[in-house]
Amino acid sequence: MLTRPIRVLLAKVGLDGHDRGIRVVARTLRDAGMDVIYSGLHRTPEEVVTAAIQEDVDVLGVSLLSGVQLTVFPKIFRLLDSKGANDMIVVAGGVMPDEDVLELRKMGVKEVMLQDTPPDMIVATLTRLVSERGER
Amino acid sequence: MSPYVPSGELVERAATGETAAIGRLISRAEANMAEARGALAEIYLRAGRSHVIGITGVPGSGKSTLVASLTAKLRRKGSKVGVIAVDPSSPYSGGAILGDRIRMSDLVMDPGVYIRSMATHGSVGGLAHATLSAIDILDFAGFDTIIVETVGVGQDEVEIAKASHTTIVVSAPGLGDEIQAIKAGMLEIADIHVVSKCDRSDANKTLVDIKQMLTLDAATSRLPAWRTPVVGLSSYTGDGYPELVEEIEKHRAFASGVKPSAAREASIASFRLQKTAETLLMDRFATSSARFRKSITERLQKRESDPYSLANELLTLSLG
Repeated sequence: MLTRPIRVLLAKVGLDGHDRGIRVVARTLRDAGMDVIYSGLHRTPEEVVTAAIQEDVDVLGVSLLSGVQLTVFPKIFRLLDSKGANDMIVVAGGVMPDEDVLELRKMGVKEVMLQDTPPDMIVATLTRLVSERGER
Repeated sequence: MSPYVPSGELVERAATGETAAIGRLISRAEANMAEARGALAEIYLRAGRSHVIGITGVPGSGKSTLVASLTAKLRRKGSKVGVIAVDPSSPYSGGAILGDRIRMSDLVMDPGVYIRSMATHGSVGGLAHATLSAIDILDFAGFDTIIVETVGVGQDEVEIAKASHTTIVVSAPGLGDEIQAIKAGMLEIADIHVVSKCDRSDANKTLVDIKQMLTLDAATSRLPAWRTPVVGLSSYTGDGYPELVEEIEKHRAFASGVKPSAAREASIASFRLQKTAETLLMDRFATSSARFRKSITERLQKRESDPYSLANELLTLSLG
């Protein structure tokens, strides 16, 4: 376990304007004692990765309800790699087909939490992923 | 940055302005990691060039928006700008939602701007405990101007004035009358007053209240000969920003002109020493008092003795 709060950047990428879900997740993580940075709507992968590196977050969580996951995540991983930040834990949330979930896992997305994930499970998942990675 | 990179190595990478290294050093300062102490000490010794601007004001007064617009203006003049934005932690869970970045999203892709959000984690003066270290790190990494935005404060959170070279207090129209303006506390610490949202019709009243307070109160500025200006601006229309940048430059020149600058540096150093000693003392106390706490708390709860005597006893037992 870390001796400090887990830092998380929650991001909305692209034209997707549905932010009710991500705000609920932000509250849930806050109530679990995490420091949560919210990007706001309509960000580009470049903006999200830059923010995540400046903020040095443990976890980058991207919420997508617009179906562009297979376009957005490869860009995010490429950018993280090129900026020397490949120890960042990337997770996804939202609504997406099961076959895309498999693709994302192959790409390096550590966990994909779909629309029916209970809030406690999100907290437990992030806590586990950060504790497995350890202090850095 | 896969396995653990030693902090000493991060120092050299931060010196070249590498974003990931700067970010990681700030995280280690925030986590108070013993391994990073030497690196932070070295950074402190090699820092000290930047101009630190503190921005404070009540919640919703427009601080984040002002920081975003001011940063854009300073960038146009060629200054590299670091921003540290502090938001409150929950008193119950310890968690936080750091939302200042949202107002600054236009700046993200500019490599001459670095933005870091910080939660207070129980600090009460308007800053977070690692804010001062973060200032050193950004200073060391070559940012000419560092803007520190405090949490939205009430009337008494004035630590920012002890940590910055130029303190800007932001007031918004419609939040109180002239009696608020003559109270002690936050309004006294301003080197520059800003009244935001001056596109609103009631802004003039606030401008007048603050100006009147200042005419009665020439002695409060820490630089005796500095005339504290009141700048009305609107982030909506952009009015007032050229004047604000001008006043910041004037204050910087004024403060670094002669003796008062040394006094300001001395007061920043003294504050730094005090805060660091407090942190060390509190850590030591937290560890060494742990085994006495339960029994002494019980005695207090049963009213076997009074708080003052029992606190004294706890201190003696813990720190000797």
